[in-house]
Amino acid sequence: MSTVTLFGLCGAGLVGIGLYGLIIHPEPLRKLLAFNILGGGVFLLLGVIARRAAAAGFDGDPVPQAIVITGIVVAFSATALAATLLLKLSDAGKPDGDAS
Amino acid sequence: MIDAFALLLTILVLVTAGWIAVARDTRAVVFGFIGYGLLLSLVWVLLSSVDVALTEAAIGGGATGILLLRVAARLKVEPHPAPGRAMRISVGVLCAIVTAALAAIVLTLPDPAPSLAPLTAEHLASTELGNPVTAVLLAYRALDTLLEIFVLLLALIGVWSLGADRYWGGAPAEWNTGMPAPALAFLARILPPFGIVFAAYLFWVGADEPGGKFQASTILAAMWLLVVMAGILPMPQTGGRRIRAALAIGPVVFIAIGFAGIPMAGGFLAYPEGFAKPLIILIEAALAFSIVAALTLLVAGPAEQAPRS
Repeated sequence: MSTVTLFGLCGAGLVGIGLYGLIIHPEPLRKLLAFNILGGGVFLLLGVIARRAAAAGFDGDPVPQAIVITGIVVAFSATALAATLLLKLSDAGKPDGDAS
Repeated sequence: MIDAFALLLTILVLVTAGWIAVARDTRAVVFGFIGYGLLLSLVWVLLSSVDVALTEAAIGGGATGILLLRVAARLKVEPHPAPGRAMRISVGVLCAIVTAALAAIVLTLPDPAPSLAPLTAEHLASTELGNPVTAVLLAYRALDTLLEIFVLLLALIGVWSLGADRYWGGAPAEWNTGMPAPALAFLARILPPFGIVFAAYLFWVGADEPGGKFQASTILAAMWLLVVMAGILPMPQTGGRRIRAALAIGPVVFIAIGFAGIPMAGGFLAYPEGFAKPLIILIEAALAFSIVAALTLLVAGPAEQAPRS
């Protein structure tokens, strides 16, 4: 087994761990973190596919690599929006809340 | 052959991820998540994707980590009932099946792997770029990058719209009330010059070597946040004219050059022969302003202070 395959298995493991945390953890912020771990695993799988496709003098296929960069930024945007929504939900639940 | 370092790294990544998924203390877990981002970026280096490694360390670990720290500090923790053992076991089995299926796919990937690398290399000369990832991001798949900046701005609009109406256009909540720690104030004066030089380097070198506008912009956003956290600069007003202009300039320049490509080069986002590199640098520079502002404001959150006039 090569190092690249090992990282592929690592990505598969991260998807499983993230999915488990997402379903099991009762706290919303922890679900968000688990979702990010799941996403990290998917990106890693794409990275392994990119690395295996090394050709034409490049160390990897640049197309999946570029897609992963875009993916990381989009994941961050979604996380920021979700985290703000969580804060808003938590504030709205307060008895003397400022829910305006 | 498996290198011992790669094996150790894989174990560390999986153990950290497992700990993040199940540990009790949410604040400690967020710190753990930042460490996890750094470990994952080492994996990317070993996969020879240094561009991705830089992005993962800066945005995946760093920016997401700071954002979640801010949220974790303010989030009211409600006691939730923990799921029962039967539930945990059945979900565990389900997740193990998903992992096993993905592992089976990894082990049976086609060999030789299909690759777009030769196609990327074939036209690289016409973009005058040396870094194939930058060529994919800004020439071959420029439309994806254009949509990506829209996603960033839409997320920011979403975050802003969750603030109270009376604060619209005001500044986000201050991080620090009272005197900042001396070490923070010191770092916030010492680090930014180095950060700015390093960001400029990453930006410029991104055309030919690993690096680029996203990585550079994240460093600049981090410097800005550091200075704001130390109380040297006030939180930026979300309605400020310069902030709004910085947010708009990236997509505006990108779309203008995109439409100019229709008469000049025969397609939306096509670059005329010989002008590809200058136009790409121009787009990246304009995008950098928007990305710095968007990342900083996304981390800072919605307006929570009345607008200063």
